[in-house]
Amino acid sequence: MGALSIRNVRKSYHGNEILKGINLEIDKGEFLILVGPSGCGKSTLLSMIAGLDSVTSGEIRIGDRVVNDLSPKDRDIAMVFQSYALYPNMTVRENISFGLQIRKVPAAEQARIVERVANTLQIGHLLDRKPSQLSGGQRQRVAMGRAISREPSLFLFDEPLSNLDAKLRVEMRTEIKLLHQRMGTSIVYVTHDQIEAMTLGDKIAVMKAGEVQQFGTPQEIYDNPANLFVAGFMGSPSMNFIPAKVEAVGGGYGVKLESGQRTHVFPVPGGDGKLKAWEGREVLFGIRPEQITHKSESRLGLPQFQTAEMPIRLTEPTGPDTMVLVPINGKDVVCRVHPAHAGQPGESMELMFDLSKSVFFDPASEQRIA
Amino acid sequence: MADMSVAHTAGASKLGRFIIYGLLALVCLYYLMPLFVMLSTSLKSLDEIRAGNLLSLPGEFRTDAWVKAWDSACTGVQCGGLKGFFWNSVSFVVPAVVISTMIGAFNGYALTMYRFRGSDLVFGMLMIGCFIPFQVVLLPMAQTLGALGIANSTLGLVFVHVVYGAAFTTLFFRNYYVTIPDELVKAAKIDGAGFLRIFFSIILPLSVPIIVVSVIWQFTQVWNDFLFGVVFSSGDRQPITVALNNLVNTSTGVKEYNVDMAAAIIAALPTLLVYIVAGKYFVRGLTAGAVKG
Amino acid sequence: MNATVLSSTTAPAARPVRRCRWCDTLDAWLPKLVVAPTFVCSLVFVYGYILWTAVLSLTPSRLLPNYEFAGLVQYEALFDNERWWQALSNLAVFGGGFIVICLAVGLLLAVLLDQKIRAEGFIRSIYLYPMALSFIVTGTAWKWILNPEFGIEKLVHDWGFTSFTFDWLIDPEWSIYTVIVAAVWQSSGFVMALFLAGLRGIDDSIIKAAQVDGASMPTIYRRIIIPSLRPVFFSSFMILAHIAVKSFDLVMALTNGGPGFSSDLPATFMYSFAFTRNQIGLGAASAMMMLMIVVAVVVPFMYSEMRRSRHG
Repeated sequence: MGALSIRNVRKSYHGNEILKGINLEIDKGEFLILVGPSGCGKSTLLSMIAGLDSVTSGEIRIGDRVVNDLSPKDRDIAMVFQSYALYPNMTVRENISFGLQIRKVPAAEQARIVERVANTLQIGHLLDRKPSQLSGGQRQRVAMGRAISREPSLFLFDEPLSNLDAKLRVEMRTEIKLLHQRMGTSIVYVTHDQIEAMTLGDKIAVMKAGEVQQFGTPQEIYDNPANLFVAGFMGSPSMNFIPAKVEAVGGGYGVKLESGQRTHVFPVPGGDGKLKAWEGREVLFGIRPEQITHKSESRLGLPQFQTAEMPIRLTEPTGPDTMVLVPINGKDVVCRVHPAHAGQPGESMELMFDLSKSVFFDPASEQRIA
Repeated sequence: MADMSVAHTAGASKLGRFIIYGLLALVCLYYLMPLFVMLSTSLKSLDEIRAGNLLSLPGEFRTDAWVKAWDSACTGVQCGGLKGFFWNSVSFVVPAVVISTMIGAFNGYALTMYRFRGSDLVFGMLMIGCFIPFQVVLLPMAQTLGALGIANSTLGLVFVHVVYGAAFTTLFFRNYYVTIPDELVKAAKIDGAGFLRIFFSIILPLSVPIIVVSVIWQFTQVWNDFLFGVVFSSGDRQPITVALNNLVNTSTGVKEYNVDMAAAIIAALPTLLVYIVAGKYFVRGLTAGAVKG
Repeated sequence: MNATVLSSTTAPAARPVRRCRWCDTLDAWLPKLVVAPTFVCSLVFVYGYILWTAVLSLTPSRLLPNYEFAGLVQYEALFDNERWWQALSNLAVFGGGFIVICLAVGLLLAVLLDQKIRAEGFIRSIYLYPMALSFIVTGTAWKWILNPEFGIEKLVHDWGFTSFTFDWLIDPEWSIYTVIVAAVWQSSGFVMALFLAGLRGIDDSIIKAAQVDGASMPTIYRRIIIPSLRPVFFSSFMILAHIAVKSFDLVMALTNGGPGFSSDLPATFMYSFAFTRNQIGLGAASAMMMLMIVVAVVVPFMYSEMRRSRHG
C-alpha cells in the first residue's frame, strides 16, 4: 500500500471544475512535488489532502485509510504553510507543543519532543521568543518544527520557501532535503518554482488548469516531457521551440533549419519512425540550450551531433556559461556555450547540436510526436 | 505618512504657516468654548451668571451647583439629583457593553473564519440592522418588553442595547478578523484544535485591540443613548441622559443654569474620561464603522 | 545536528485526537450555532419589527394597538398634518445645512492639519472630543450658549455692540438653524478625521510626480488630492445623512421641537405622536416614512459600493 494515493479526484466550486480528475500515487518515504503555474489547482489539491477543503468526487487515501471524510486532525498529517502561520501570541515552544497539548501528550514527553525538534532544527535558543521576534528563516524553521513534532505519516508543504530571499531559499531547500533523507517520512510539496521541483522531488506532478500534465521522476520529466507545456515549464533557461519542416534525408527524416541565409537539414536519430508521418509538414522542434554548444572536435562525426555556422544576435554571460542567441527559422534560439568559445554579436560562430535528446511536438495539439 | 507635506515646506512662506496655525488655534477655541462655558458656569453663583457673561470667569471656586446637581436637583417630580440615574446608567451600560462585545467577537469569528453557505448573506442581513432608524422598531419593542414584563427595567434596557448593538460589534470584529490570515486557523485545525479551542487559544489573544475598540464604542453609544432610555424606561429607572434632559427642562422656580451645567458635565464625564484615556481607540472605532457606512 | 532525530520507535505524538463522530459533527455545526441567536434576533427584532410597524401603520391604533385593517388612512392623516410637513421641511433644511457645513469644515480642517503641523495629535483630539459627548449634553450646553438672555447676545452687548440681537432659539423662523449650529459642532471633527485618514492614504509618489511636473500646491490639491477623496466624500455624506434622519436627542435637548413645533424633525414627530399623544397608528406611519427616507439614501450607496467591490 502506498503512502498516499489519489484516485480520480475532482473539485468544483459553484459549477467551475478546479480539478478535473487527478490520479497520483506515491510510496512510503517518497517526496512528491506538485508544480505548476498559479491557478493550476495544486494548492487546492494540497488542501484537499489536508482535509481543509472537501473532495467533490474521487478518493484520497493516506496509508491504508480513505480519508475523504476525516477531519484534518484525524488524518495523521502535518502541514507547513507559505506564511508559516505561527501562532503570534505563543512562544516558539508553545507553537511547537500546541498540537501535542491538544493530543494530551504528557507534559514531560512534550518537553522531550520539543527539545529533540529544537536540536534537529537548531532553534534551541529561540524557544522562548515570540514569532514576531524571529527572522524569516527562523520562522520557517519553527514552522517545520511544529510539523515534525507530531511525527505524522505525511508532511504537506505549501510553497514554504516563497517568502524567503533567494539565498536563504537555497539554504532551506537543502535543509528540507536533508531532513527528508534523515526522517524518511513521505512529503507532498507544492511549489511554482521548477528548480525547487527538480532538486527536491522523487516524483513530480506537473499541473496545469486542473489536470496533471505529467507525473514522473524529475529526470523523466526533464528529458521526456509529455507535451509542449511541460517541456517549456521545466528547465531554465527554457527549452527552445523552433517551428521547422520535416524532410526526408539520407534514408531517415530530419528538420530543415534556416539561419543567416544558410539552410541546414539535420537528420534526427531514430526519426524515421514517428517523424515519417509528418514529412513535408511543420512541427515544433524542441531542443534545450545546453544541447547547442560550441563545436567540440572529439564529438565530430558521431551521428547525433550536427554542426552549423550561425550569426550571433546577442550574448548574455552568466558566469559559468554564456547564453548565445542565434536566429533559426525566424526565432531567437538560446545556446549554452562555454565563455571562452562564445563569439561577439554581429559575428557568426560554429555551433554543435546534440539531437539525441531533441523532442518534437504537434503545433496544433501541442502534444509530443517524438 | 506626513511625507507628502515635504512639498508644502518648500513653497510655503512663513506668513502662510502663521495663518495656518492661527486658523487651527481659532478652531480649537471654537471647539473648546462650550466646554469652557459649561465648566465656568457650573462654578458660578446665579448672581454672577446674571451679572457677567458667557466668558467671564467665576469669582470664587464654588461647588454648590455640583453638589445640588448630584444630590438634590429636581428631575421632574423627584428632587434627588442625578446620583440615582448615574448608577442606573452604570447598571445597564456595563452588562450591555460586555454582552454585545462578546457576541460580536463570536459572530465575527464564525462569519470570517468559518464561512459557510449563506454566511455572507447573514452578515449582510445583520449590517442592515446598523442602518435602520430605530424609530421603526420602537412600537413593537415597547409591546414586546411589556408582554415579557421587562419594560422599565434594567434587564429590558440591556436587552434592547444588546440586540441593536450586536450588529455594530459584529461589524468591528469581522472587519478585524478578515485581516488575520486564514492559514492560522488552518494550521490550528491540523494541529487538532476545534472551533472553540481555536477561538480561545489563538484568535482571542490576538483580538485585544479590537476588543478595546468595541468596548469603547459600545460604552459611548449606550451611555449616550437617549431614545431607548426615554421610550423604554420611566420614573426612577431612567438613564442619566433622560434625567439630565428632565432636569434642564424642569420649570419649577428659578432657572439654575449653574446646576444645569454641572449636571451636563456629570452626564458627560464617563465618556469624556474614556475619550481622554483611550481616544486613539475611540477614533479607530468611529472610522472602522465608517468604512462600511 | 544529530542523526538519531525523530525516528523513535513509539510515536506517542501520533496518537489520534478524541475520535468521536459526534464531536466532529458538533464542531462542524458550532459556527452556525454561534451565529444563529444573532441571526434569529435580527430576523425578529429588525425585519419582523419593521413588518410589525408597517402593519400598525395600516391600522386605526391610538392608545393601544388595534389590528383592524384601515388602509392608508394614517398615511393620509400624516400628509394632511401640517406639523409633519414642517418636520419634513425642517429635515431638508437641517440635513442640507448640516451635511454641507460638516463636509466643508471637515475637509478644510483636514487639509490644514495635513500641513505637517506640530502637535497635530493634540489638535485633532480637541476637534474630535465633542463626538464622545451625548447629544443631550451638547444640546444642554448650546441651549445655554444660545440663550438670548445670558448667552452670546449678552456677550456681544458686553463688548459694546448693544444693538446686536441673536435670538434664533426662540424665533420660530430660525430655531432649526440652532440645531445645525450644535450638530455641526458635534460632528464636524469626525468628518475631519475621515478626510484626514483619506489624505494619509494617498500615495506620496503621485504628489511628487505632480510636483516634478511643475504643479503648484493649490493646483495639486484641486486637481489631484481632493478628487481622489471622492470615496471619503461619499461615505461621509452617507454617515451624515444617516445622523440627520435619526436626529432626535439634540432637538429634544436644545429646542424640544419648539417654539411651537417650528424645529420638529420626523424623529421628534414620531416620538411625540407614538408615545405622548397616543396616536400609535400615525406614529407607525411616520416611522415607516423615516425608514423610506433612509432607504432612499442608503440603497444607492450600497449599490454603488457593491459595484465598486465587484469591479475590484
